[in-house]
Amino acid sequence: MESRWGPLAQYDWSVMAPEFTILAVVTLMTLIGLFTSSVKDRRFIGWLGILGCIVAAWFVFQNVGGGVVEILHGSFRVDAYGNIFKLIFLAGTAVTLLMSMNYIGDGEEIQHQDEFYYLALTALLGTMFMASSADLITLFVGLELLSISSYILVGIRKNNLQSNESAFKYLINGAIASAITLYGISFLYGLSGTTNIFLLAERLPEAFMAGNQFMIYLAFFLLFIGLSFKIAAVPYHMWAPDVYQGAATPVTAFLSVVSKAAGFALILRVVITSFIGVVDFGSDGGEPVGMIDEIMLIVGILAAISMIVGNTMALRQSNVKRMMAYSSIAQAGYLLVPFATFTVLMFEQTVFYLIAYLMMNMGAFAIIMIVTRDRDSEDISAFAGLYHRSPLLAIAMTVFLLSLAGIPISAGFFGKFYIFMSSLVMQNYWLAGIMVATSVVSYFYYFGIIKQMYMRPGETDSRLAVPASIIVIVVLAFIGTVGVGLVPGTLLDYIHTNFPFAEMIMAAK
Amino acid sequence: MENNMFLTLLTFSPVIGLVLLAFIPRAQVGALKLIGILATIPPIIMSLMMYAGFDYTQPGLQYAQNVSWFSIPVDQMAFPVAYQLGVDGLSMPLVLLASIIGFFAAIAGAVFIKKRWKEFFILFMIMLIGMLGVFTSQNLFLFFIFFEMTLIPMFFIMGIWGFEQREKAAMKFLLYNGVGSAIMLIVFVALFMNVWSLSFVEIKEALTNPISPFNIQESPSYITAGTRLGFFIALLIAFAIKMPIAPLHTWMVTAYRESPAPAVLVSSGVLIKIGAYGLLRFNVGFFPEAAQQLAGFLAALGVINIIYGALLALVQKNLKLVLAYSSLSHMGIVLLGVAAMNTVGFQGAIFQMVSHGLVAALLFFIVSVIFERTSTDELSDLGGLAKSMPFLGGIFLTAAMASAGLPGMSGFISEFTAFLGLFKEMPVLAAIGTLGIIFTAVYLLRAVLGTTYGPTPERWLKLADVQPLEALPMIIVLGFIVLIGVYPSVLSEPMQATLQNIVPRIGG
Repeated sequence: MESRWGPLAQYDWSVMAPEFTILAVVTLMTLIGLFTSSVKDRRFIGWLGILGCIVAAWFVFQNVGGGVVEILHGSFRVDAYGNIFKLIFLAGTAVTLLMSMNYIGDGEEIQHQDEFYYLALTALLGTMFMASSADLITLFVGLELLSISSYILVGIRKNNLQSNESAFKYLINGAIASAITLYGISFLYGLSGTTNIFLLAERLPEAFMAGNQFMIYLAFFLLFIGLSFKIAAVPYHMWAPDVYQGAATPVTAFLSVVSKAAGFALILRVVITSFIGVVDFGSDGGEPVGMIDEIMLIVGILAAISMIVGNTMALRQSNVKRMMAYSSIAQAGYLLVPFATFTVLMFEQTVFYLIAYLMMNMGAFAIIMIVTRDRDSEDISAFAGLYHRSPLLAIAMTVFLLSLAGIPISAGFFGKFYIFMSSLVMQNYWLAGIMVATSVVSYFYYFGIIKQMYMRPGETDSRLAVPASIIVIVVLAFIGTVGVGLVPGTLLDYIHTNFPFAEMIMAAK
Repeated sequence: MENNMFLTLLTFSPVIGLVLLAFIPRAQVGALKLIGILATIPPIIMSLMMYAGFDYTQPGLQYAQNVSWFSIPVDQMAFPVAYQLGVDGLSMPLVLLASIIGFFAAIAGAVFIKKRWKEFFILFMIMLIGMLGVFTSQNLFLFFIFFEMTLIPMFFIMGIWGFEQREKAAMKFLLYNGVGSAIMLIVFVALFMNVWSLSFVEIKEALTNPISPFNIQESPSYITAGTRLGFFIALLIAFAIKMPIAPLHTWMVTAYRESPAPAVLVSSGVLIKIGAYGLLRFNVGFFPEAAQQLAGFLAALGVINIIYGALLALVQKNLKLVLAYSSLSHMGIVLLGVAAMNTVGFQGAIFQMVSHGLVAALLFFIVSVIFERTSTDELSDLGGLAKSMPFLGGIFLTAAMASAGLPGMSGFISEFTAFLGLFKEMPVLAAIGTLGIIFTAVYLLRAVLGTTYGPTPERWLKLADVQPLEALPMIIVLGFIVLIGVYPSVLSEPMQATLQNIVPRIGG
């Protein structure tokens, strides 16, 4: 049927409902913010954002199991892979908003409260586009939307010198990373004449056979290095400690969980889909070697370096947010291991770990925020005697740290174990060995905080006041971390049955 | 497969205490202590029931339970993890040991812990579950989880209730044992990759049955002798840290010096036995050929442990350190029993595990009582305590005798059987090892006489002797020590069938 809207009218726009919801909420928030500028307490704007996340998540659930739908000429793709990542992003953002209610509510630190709330949502919108993009252009737009929102979020404490420095570093580094990514994309386009990742998958092998091996490898490296910025993995990890330290704690939590997960969504989707078909038959006509096999090794090495650098550098930190930054670099290393082993289950492993990571890291950051603000210090010694001030918070923090360290019975243990096992199955022994060895190293700094909480006397013994919203976050994260630790099968099966990842690398018919 | 809930109830029975403790306000110290002690009694009653109902003639698992838990998809297959419990002749004495020491350590907690009782007992209950679970689990994955469940509470107990250097000791304990469990985890998963099972029984069957595909050279799933040797050595390192075997023992010395009494009791009484248990269950049970090959090496390690530990114990000026090195020396005897690779030797090893568990716990308890009264454990400061504390002096001497292997006590029968086993195979090493017995007598008598006899300094004249609450567990444990000493069949008969099941495979 012809319409004056052309093909636009024929798309099934309903699959984009989650994105539309967020967009609508952001618009609504700005408008409401404009008309209620006389209201002193701005937290209702944040609540609106959380409501938006919940509604969007509901729409995502409507899409679950609905098969693959492509709209906008194949550049926007709704499938299981995108759906599960969107759920992670939505949950992470909702928690970030909930966390920031208290952060923003008191004190004059953040003067632009409304902006804070809706920038978080525009960043979220960027990540959602990244998860669903099947085209390098859409992908880049999503990436930039996320990045630009994050730059501002990092610097939103505008009277804080450290925050300014962080924002500046983040902006410069981020811009370079974007440029590198874009440069890689331009090579891919030049080699294949398309920006659609499925067409790329078809055309790259031809380009490869035509003697453009070097260019294709170069494109891959540029792309990977640019994207490693978002996940804070080696080789582009140096920004993380400074930025994590300088940003407001809820923003740090957002960067470490949502932004990182978005980076993984991109790397897994784009890199694998585009490069999977490239096979090198060798000049002497020997056994064909998939390019992915060669990439795997390199990713493996980067994963190993990330684990080593993250875990050893974290040992030397006395600022808790810097320490969590190195911890986050190390966790990115663990998360790259499935990529380096490359099985059909790698998405499942990554997603499982990301969900575990979402719970334990968000829980940990919520507590870090409360403690550092109460003591007005980000030194690890701020945790001294926490157990006497708030036993429940200390116990929850212990569980999150044990989970991050990978000690049973916790979600983090199973996430790590799952990855570890698959790398052993694929006979990637050295990588599994490094994973275990660095995990033991990590005991040192994770238990360092535990030591402070239980074994050192604090400056004060007065009870720590914990706002209700933080209690909600901590309790949910606690239940999730322990629950998944006790019965990991439930989550594993849910991911396994509802999110068939094989479909992500095949073009929709 | 029979599905018996008994072991689940036994292993998790401390949960009742845990829940009750959680609801008692922290100010009600008396109630907390009472619940803390009472909660350790159900495991004892249940393990005695289990002991009584145990079928001596049957070599296989009893009270077995097997429930599927979850499965992790791997490659084309799934990694099924089951919840499997069971006991055989090897683990049963150790379950009983764990519950007795649990009770003993709970009393030590009530007597010697001076602050934060509620947290202490809650952590203690978690540790107790881990201890019981390690010995009842019949599945590698479950074993690993229970193993970790003993580590973490121990870290807290050491770090919170220990002495001056407590944090350092706790960290050292955590890192050493963390490395050990990491190696263990790698071996476990690698084993699974080879035989596609996590169950002890199935793995043992797969690896030792001559007609299983893993043992037939032509079969694609054949596991070479080299691989087996690799597994063996990796596991040996993991358990050597736990046990501990010199030179991986340094964590133990620090830990025993800096830990509060209940932690030392549990560690010396039960936790280091997990290493020896693993050695018998996994190293010898799964890889008999490799064990046979390395028997000489194990025996040499054992002799080194005995002599090294004894010599160092001889020169210590601190009572606790004497006992710490004494533990090292005594674990060497376990190693000798294992190295013998015959029924008698294994029996000796298990005897020694149980015997040392009881004796070491008793000795450390006594030292803690002394420390409590005098605030010192330096040998040079002590002396003549028997005058003001005659009961303690008597028990101390008796325990030292048991440790030195006086006939009629558990130590004698343990050392006797362990050496008997080894003399058959390696007379020279065994002969050197027996030197340890002499050293033991010397350093223990030196320690005991130095503390309890001789002139009594003025300041020790008014010390109170052992109180009823302290005396009760000492007498109970001493009763077990004598019982095993005079009537060793109580221990040897149940394990006979299981051990005979291990040995023919070795050809010893």
